[in-house]
Amino acid sequence: MDVNLVPLLPAVQVLVTALVVTLRDLFIKDGESRGVLAFYSLVGLGLAAAEVFFLLGGRQEGAFNDSYMLDRFALFFALIFILAAALTILSAIDYVRQTGMREGEFYALILFATVGMIVMAAANDLMVFFLGLETMSIAVYVLTGMWRSNGRSSEAAMKYFLMGAFATGFLLYGIALIYGATGSTNLAQISAYLLDQPSEWPVYLIGGGFLLLIGFAFKVGAVPFHFWVPDVYEGAPTPVTGFMSVAVKAAAFAAWARILLYKLSPLDNDWVFPLWIIAIATMTLGNLLAITQHSIKRMLAYSSIAHAGYLLIPIVVGVEWGGLPLLFYLLAYSFMTLGAFAVLTSMTEGDESKDGYSDFAGLGFKRPFLALAMALFMLSLAGFPPLAGFTGKFYVFRSAVLSGHLNLAIIGVLNSLLSVIFYLRVIVAMYMEEGGAAGKSFRQAPFVYIAVAIALLGTIYLGILPADALDWSRRAFGSLE
Amino acid sequence: MIALHNYLILSAVIFSIGVIGVLIRRNLIVVLMSIELMLNAVNLTFIAFSRYLGSTDGQVIVFFVMAVAAAEAVIGLAIIISVYRHRQSLDPQEMQLLKW
Amino acid sequence: MDTASFIFYLLATLLVIASLLVVFLRNVVHCAMALVTALLLIAVMFVTLHAPMLCVLQVMVYAGAIMVLFLFVIMFLNPGALEQQRGLWWGFGTLLAMMLAGVLVPLVATSDLPADPVAATELFGSPEMLAKSLFSDYVLPFEIASVLLLVAIIGAVVLAKREN
Repeated sequence: MDVNLVPLLPAVQVLVTALVVTLRDLFIKDGESRGVLAFYSLVGLGLAAAEVFFLLGGRQEGAFNDSYMLDRFALFFALIFILAAALTILSAIDYVRQTGMREGEFYALILFATVGMIVMAAANDLMVFFLGLETMSIAVYVLTGMWRSNGRSSEAAMKYFLMGAFATGFLLYGIALIYGATGSTNLAQISAYLLDQPSEWPVYLIGGGFLLLIGFAFKVGAVPFHFWVPDVYEGAPTPVTGFMSVAVKAAAFAAWARILLYKLSPLDNDWVFPLWIIAIATMTLGNLLAITQHSIKRMLAYSSIAHAGYLLIPIVVGVEWGGLPLLFYLLAYSFMTLGAFAVLTSMTEGDESKDGYSDFAGLGFKRPFLALAMALFMLSLAGFPPLAGFTGKFYVFRSAVLSGHLNLAIIGVLNSLLSVIFYLRVIVAMYMEEGGAAGKSFRQAPFVYIAVAIALLGTIYLGILPADALDWSRRAFGSLE
Repeated sequence: MIALHNYLILSAVIFSIGVIGVLIRRNLIVVLMSIELMLNAVNLTFIAFSRYLGSTDGQVIVFFVMAVAAAEAVIGLAIIISVYRHRQSLDPQEMQLLKW
Repeated sequence: MDTASFIFYLLATLLVIASLLVVFLRNVVHCAMALVTALLLIAVMFVTLHAPMLCVLQVMVYAGAIMVLFLFVIMFLNPGALEQQRGLWWGFGTLLAMMLAGVLVPLVATSDLPADPVAATELFGSPEMLAKSLFSDYVLPFEIASVLLLVAIIGAVVLAKREN
């Protein structure tokens, strides 16, 4: 057996950072500043990103009998996770202090979750994937419930945990049936089995695929397994909500793309139609319910469901056309959503979140930069050119048209029009209404500004000059071969 | 000898019983126990396949599932304690976000 | 009916009964006891499937450690009251789960399964064989599992530690 440890580098880098943060935390006395922990975390994430770029230049290879493949696909996603973790930590520095959460553990758990995500994206074996998923999920369950003095945070953690563990049961059952049918959990061997014996598969193999599908649908919050999303997103601390709606979702889609879309693609005849229904239901229901919300945090939760629906379109479309738009849209979605949640995070006063539409009233005159950024994030989420969201949606819908799923493209465009209602409402509140709770005592939060600025740059850059990112997405998906 | 499908049917039944528990119970601890039951049903499937395929992988996988189940139980119980401190109840219907 | 089948059907019946008790008993402590029974029965099943090592682990980890944790939390919180309301929702939930069973059971009750177990060698299911597999083919999952357990430890401390 060959032992090649190089592909583990980014994940181990983040893991070591998490351990350093955890241990360093113990040597800081109560009452002293813990800012150094955030600094360590960001440096560690920066190093990990540098390693990702270094590995992108070299030869990508597998490790541990090819159960771990750090190909371009995995590196692409590793960068998204590192970006999400870094922006989350940046925007959370002040928030964590205000709400009295434990700083060291907060950063460490974000980093541990990132390790799990990188493993998920690189996993070429169902067991490796499963353990990465659990590492990520358990860290995020705890993050959701970390705001100990707030009862809703604990309840959200409880709900997220129950739904997650329930979904884990289905996922694991699916893995068991696939193992039973193919005699292996290694995706290369499973895919070889599927190609070897076309259409002589036992029914429980197809059943296993469906159980896996249910597990994934739970994790990304697709209808009809979406009901936990709004409550959990609302109750979780705001930076954690941003992290969940971007990084956790991206990790689930990464594994979905590699396992179901790519390696198990011979089975996809059986699930294209159900997925088609799920995609349409998810975007439509997400957008319709988002209109009725009064809290921007809850609106963003439903909007995140709707975006899961858009992201399902490339998955329905299939390997041939779907790869590039899926990856590019996830990248664009990451920037705009992280930015929106960073703005929302900065709206915290004391230990109270100000996330109603009325709290945003008049923000355009009080905090011009934050309001402008928020406006651009909303426009991008709604799909206005020339922002990242538009380019992403364009390629998603284009792939649907090119592959002959015209109806999906039409429904997607109609949904985008529908979503303009509630995204514009935020802008109207910020620029055309008076008052708002966020009047006088707004603390300056320099770190949040940096996070917002980075997200804003990404959103505009991907909208105006998408060529590099598109090429990168194409090559990343191509590396799955 | 007993055929493999007997074991598989048994574990499918136990899995479904676990699902009943998750759906109907109003005590968070019992919901967690039902989830453990589901995971155990899956373990039985793994071990049965492992025996009938003559592959040891299934047994090793069950190792990992046990580790995961232990971790989930620990976190679940910690969250239950944390929720209980706020609400003095284990009934999801008496909470704001947990209702369904 | 030969002895092996007899033992299987006996264990299976007891297991189903114990599982139903977990789900339908109203007192939490009784549920926990039923769960311990179910876990022990599964451990016995592991022996009949040539997995002696996992049987031992099942008893020690599940029926031992995890169940003690459950009982500890039950005692700690002492939720005396019995659960209320077994109306419509109970029936509905049970119906849903039975529909699930109606899908799952036919799925696995097919004839294209291997009918007879592969002749087991002396080593099958022994600690040596498992260790060999665990520390060669499965060394990466093993390491990830260690991270997972570390996260769980940190998380449990963060969530359950009393604020001062």
